[in-house]
Amino acid sequence: MSSAAFALSHNFVAAAGEGFTPPGLGEFIFQPYFSDGTLPWLTKPLVASVFAAVVVMVFFLVGSRQRALVPGRFQFAVESVYTFVRNGIARDVIGHGFEKYVPYLVTAFAFIAVSNLFGVIPGIQFPTLARLGFPLALALFSWAIYLGIGIKRAGFFGYFKSVMFPPGLPVFIYPLLAPIELIQVLLIRPFSLALRLTANMFAGHILLLLFTLGGTYMLFNESVLLKVLAPFALASAVGLTSFEAFIQVLQAYIFTLLSALYIAEAMSEEH
Amino acid sequence: MSFNLIASTAITASGESISSLLPKIEELLVGIVGFAVLLFILKKFAYPQFEATFQERTAAIEGGIEKAEKAQEQASAALAQYQAQLADARGEASTIRSEAQADRARIVEEARSEATAAAEQVTSRAAAQMEADRLAAKAELSAEVGRIALDLASRVVGEALTDDARARATVDRFIADLESSTQEGTR
Repeated sequence: MSSAAFALSHNFVAAAGEGFTPPGLGEFIFQPYFSDGTLPWLTKPLVASVFAAVVVMVFFLVGSRQRALVPGRFQFAVESVYTFVRNGIARDVIGHGFEKYVPYLVTAFAFIAVSNLFGVIPGIQFPTLARLGFPLALALFSWAIYLGIGIKRAGFFGYFKSVMFPPGLPVFIYPLLAPIELIQVLLIRPFSLALRLTANMFAGHILLLLFTLGGTYMLFNESVLLKVLAPFALASAVGLTSFEAFIQVLQAYIFTLLSALYIAEAMSEEH
Repeated sequence: MSFNLIASTAITASGESISSLLPKIEELLVGIVGFAVLLFILKKFAYPQFEATFQERTAAIEGGIEKAEKAQEQASAALAQYQAQLADARGEASTIRSEAQADRARIVEEARSEATAAAEQVTSRAAAQMEADRLAAKAELSAEVGRIALDLASRVVGEALTDDARARATVDRFIADLESSTQEGTR
C-alpha cells in the first residue's frame, strides 16, 4: 500500500515537472476510503460493484412489478432486456430446457453490462470488472453451473470421460486430446471468461484515460503545436467513450453467450 | 535525477503490476456473495413475474384472436342469414308482383265485362224505351190516322160518322187489317 501511495505521488510529481506520464497500472489501484486503517478493504471498485448489483436489482424488481399486459415505456424496456437474453441467448443457444438457466444468464448479462457501463458514467468512471476479482467471481458461477449440469447428467466419471474421450476419434488422438480437453473445461474456460472481460475493460479504461489526460496535458502545455492538437485528442476521447459503451455491452453479451454455450454443451449427450 | 525517477517509476510500476492484476480476495468474495444475493432475489421476485406476464399476454392475445375468429364466424353467419332473408324477400316480392299482375288483369277483365254489361243494359233499356215510344207513337198515330180518315171519309160521304159506333168499328177493323198487312210485309 505504501508503495502504491509512493507511485501515485511519484506520478504526480513526474507529470508536473518532467513531461507527460501516461496512465498505467496505478490507475487500477484504489486507496481505502478511510485513511486511518478502518475497513481497509473498502475501496471504490468494491462499492461500485455493490452499487451495480443494487441498480440491477431495482431495475428488474420495479420493472417486473407492474405486470401490465400492455406495458408502459419503462416496463417495456425492462422486459426487453429480459426477453433479449431469454430468447436471444438462452433459448437460441440452449434450446430445449433453457428456462432453468434464464435467471442466471439474465442476471449475469445485466450485472456485467451495468458494471462495465460504470466505466463511462460520469461520477464513477471506472469499469469495476477491470479488477479481476469480480469477473473471476462471475466466471466461477458459470464454471460451477456447467460442471454441475454435466456431472448431474452423466455422473462425475461419466462426464469427465465424455469430456476427455469423445467417441468417434482415432485412438492415438486421445493421449493428446484428453489432457487438453480436461484443462480446457476445468481451467481455460473460466479464466478465459474472466480475463476476456477484465482485459477489455482494462484496455478501454486505459485508452480513455490516455486520450483524456493526454489531451488535457497538451492543452496546458506551453507548446503551441500541442495546444492546437489538443482538441483532436479530446474529441477522440469523446468518440472513444461511445465506442467503449458499445464494447462494454458487447462484452456482457459475449460473456453471457459463452456461458450459455458451455451450459448447452454440458447438457447435450454428445460432447 | 530524471533517470533515477524514471527508473524508480518503472520499478514501482512493475511491482504494482502484480498487485493490480491479481484478483483481490475481498473483491472475489464480494463478487460471489453480491452476485449470489442478486441472483437469488431476482430469481425469486422478478423473473417469475416476467414469465407470468408473458403467459398472460400470450393468453390474452390468443383469446383475442379466438374472439376475433368467433366474431368473424358470427358475422359470416349473420351475412348468410341476411342473404337468405334477402332472397326470400325477393321471391316474395316477385310472387306479390305476379299476383298483383294477375289481380290487375282480373280486375281489368271484370271492369271490362261489367262495363260491357252496363253498356248492354243501357242499350237494351234504350231499345226498350225506343220500342215503347215507337208503340206509343204508333198507337197515337193510328188513332190520329183513324180520326183523320174518318174526318176525310165523313167529308167525302157528307155525313157525320164521328160518333157512330159502327164507323168507329169499321176504322178499327181497317187499321187492324192495315197492321196485319204491314206486319206480314215486314216479315
